[in-house]
Amino acid sequence: MGDIILKVENVSKQYRLGTLGTGSISHDLNRVWHTVRGKEDPYLKIGESNDRSTKGTSEYVWALRDISFEVKRGEVLGIIGKNGAGKSTLLKILSKVTGPTTGSIKYNGRIASLLEVGTGFHPEMTGKENIFLNGAILGMTKIEINSKLDEIIVFSGCERYIDTPVKRYSSGMRVRLAFAVAAFLEPDILIVDEVLAVGDAEFQKKAIGKMQDISSQGGRTVLFVSHDMVAIQKICNRVVILKNGMILKDGSPVKMITEYLSVTKVKLDNPTFRKLDKKEIFPKIIKCFLYNSERNLQSKFNAADSITLVTKIENNSTLSNRFSFLWMLQDKADTTIAASSSAIMENLFFDETTKTVSCTIDSSSLIPGEYKFKLFLHVPKQEPLDIWEEAISFEIVVHDINNVGYNYGTNWNPQMYLAHKWNK
Amino acid sequence: MQQKWLFVITPKTKLIDFNFKEVWAYRDLLILFVKRDVITVYKQTILGPLWYLIQPLFTSVIFTLVFNTIAKIDTGEIPPFLFNLAGVTTWNYFKECLTGTADTFKKNQNIFGKVYFPRIIMPLSVVLSNLVKFGIQTGILLVFYMYYVSIGSVIRPSIYVATFPIIVLCMAMLGLGLGMIISSMVTKYRDLSFLVSFGVQLLMYISLVSLPYNLFVINDLTWAVDYNPMAHIIELSRYVLLGEGTVSLFGVVYTLISSISVLFIGILVFNKTEKTFIDTI
Repeated sequence: MGDIILKVENVSKQYRLGTLGTGSISHDLNRVWHTVRGKEDPYLKIGESNDRSTKGTSEYVWALRDISFEVKRGEVLGIIGKNGAGKSTLLKILSKVTGPTTGSIKYNGRIASLLEVGTGFHPEMTGKENIFLNGAILGMTKIEINSKLDEIIVFSGCERYIDTPVKRYSSGMRVRLAFAVAAFLEPDILIVDEVLAVGDAEFQKKAIGKMQDISSQGGRTVLFVSHDMVAIQKICNRVVILKNGMILKDGSPVKMITEYLSVTKVKLDNPTFRKLDKKEIFPKIIKCFLYNSERNLQSKFNAADSITLVTKIENNSTLSNRFSFLWMLQDKADTTIAASSSAIMENLFFDETTKTVSCTIDSSSLIPGEYKFKLFLHVPKQEPLDIWEEAISFEIVVHDINNVGYNYGTNWNPQMYLAHKWNK
Repeated sequence: MQQKWLFVITPKTKLIDFNFKEVWAYRDLLILFVKRDVITVYKQTILGPLWYLIQPLFTSVIFTLVFNTIAKIDTGEIPPFLFNLAGVTTWNYFKECLTGTADTFKKNQNIFGKVYFPRIIMPLSVVLSNLVKFGIQTGILLVFYMYYVSIGSVIRPSIYVATFPIIVLCMAMLGLGLGMIISSMVTKYRDLSFLVSFGVQLLMYISLVSLPYNLFVINDLTWAVDYNPMAHIIELSRYVLLGEGTVSLFGVVYTLISSISVLFIGILVFNKTEKTFIDTI
C-alpha cells in the first residue's frame, strides 16, 4: 500500500426530477443562453439534497454533493449507504458511464467496472464467444483474453456449457461466467457493485477470495459497493458511508459498519410495528421495557449487569386458553442469537389474570453492540396470538466482567463471549 | 508534492475531443462487435445469410415491375433490373448505416449504462458489419452483371471503377455522421426517431435509387436532387459500375465536402453527448 491512485475532488452530480418534456427544452435554451453570455449555469445554484422520502420544492436534486476522498494503491474501499444515498451514481461517475456535474476525478491506471454481471453478453453467442466479447467490453485485448482463457473457464466452473449459447445458461451460471471474466481482468482499479448477490454460497466465497487476492497479491485497488455487511467487513480495509449524496464518515470497516447500522436503525424504543393484529379478544402485549439489576429503566447496559425484560399484557379475552411468552434476541444484522419460551424452558403458562411478564437475562455472553427483542405471545403449536417485531432495543456498552480495564470485543471482533476460566 | 495523474475526469468536454488512441486500444472490441452483428443476425433462421440476398433482389424485382414495366421509365442501355439492383444495393448500405447508428444510444443504453468504452465503437461497428453485408450484396450484383453481359447487353464499367471504394467511404461517412447526430439528439428528444423511420423512406425517392437523373432534368426538378449528396453517390456508383449516369464536377465535390463535414459534425455532437446521455435517455 502506498501512493494515492485515485483522487476524487468535490464531485457533485445533479439530476433533474420528473419527466423530460416540453419543459426541458426551455431549460436547455436558458442554459445555452447563459453559457453564450459567459455566465454560470443558472440551474447549478439550485437543487436540494437527495432525501428520497421527503417531498422537495426544487426540480433539481444533488445525487452527490461535494464528494472528496482518496484511495491508495492496494486498498479495498467499501462504500455503504441506504438506497438512494448515491453509491451507484458515484461508481457510475468513477467508471466514466456518466460525467460529474462539477468536480474532478484523477487517477493513475486502468479502471474497470463490474457494475452488473453479464453486461454485453449476447444470448445467441456461446460462453466462449461471450468471454471474448465481455472481456473486450471491459477493456481487455484479444491476446490478453486468449492467454487467460483456460483459467477463466475453470474459475467460472462452466466447462460443460462453454460451447453452448448463453441464453441456455441459468442466471447463476451467467454470473459465474461474467465474474470469472472480470476477475482475470487485472485493472489497476476494480469497481464492483452488488454482483455477488446472485451466485450460490460456494461461488460467493470464491468471488470474495478472488477479490482479496486481487488487492493483497496483485496490489490492485478495489472499490466495493454492497449491502452485505459481512462481505464488506471481510474484504475491505476502509469504508465510506454515504448519506443523501454526502460522505457521512470514513474509517475502519468495523467502526463504520457499526456506525452505519446505528444510523439506519429504526427507532425501536417506541415500538409501533406490530406484525399481527388479531381481533380484540386475544391477549396483547401493550408495553415493554428493560431494567437493570437496580430496577432502573435503561437502554444501555454493562455486560456485568443483568437485563430484565418486563412486558405488560392486556387481556380482555374470553379465551380461557393458557398462553406462553417467547422472546428472540437479535443482533444488528437481524440474526437471532438467542431465544426462549416460557412454556418450553420452564413449563410456565399465563392466563387472563396475568398483567406482567418479566424475564431476567444474564447478558455476560453478549459482546458490546446493539441488540433487539422480538416478542411473541402464543399457545404452543398454534398460530401466535401477538408478535412484536423489533419490540425494544438496547445496547451493551461495556463488557469488562473480570474488571481488567479491557472492553471485550473491541480488538478481536468476536461474535460472543463465553464464560471461561484460565488455569496453569 | 504535486502528483502526476494519467487520467482526469472532469465535467467539461473540449469541443474536439476525439481520442483516436483510445479507439485504437479497443480495436479488438470493434472486431468482436462486427463479428457478433454478422453472425447473430440470422441465428435460428432457416435461410440464414441468404436473407442478405433475398431482400435486395426482391426489392429490385418489384421496382422493375412498378417503375419500368408499368411506369415505363427508360434506363438507357442498362437492363432495368440491373439498374435497380445497383441502386438498391448502394442505397441499402447508406440506409442500414443511418438507421443502424441512429439509435445507438437508445439501443445500447443497458450496456452503456454499465461499462465504459469509447462509445463511437458502437456506430463504427454498425458501419463495418454493414460493409460485410454490402460486400455480399455487391457480389450478387456482379453475378447479375456477368449474366447480362453473357446474354449480350452492352454494359461496361467506366474507367473510374477504381474509385468505387471512395464512393462507398463517402456513403459510410454520410450514414455514420447523420446517424450519430440523430442518435445524440434522440437521447433527449425522442421525436427524431419517428422522423428517421419515414424520412429515410421519403429520401429514397429523391436519391435516384430507381429513377435516372435524366427524368428529373426532363421534368425540371433537378433542384430536388442536386443538393442531396445521396443522389450524387448513387448516380456516381451506377456510373462507375455500369458506365451510365450523369456526373458533374459539382456533384463530386459537393458529395465529398458534405460527407466529410457531416461526419465531422457527427463526431462533435456524439462526443458531447456520450458523457452524460445516460442521465437523460
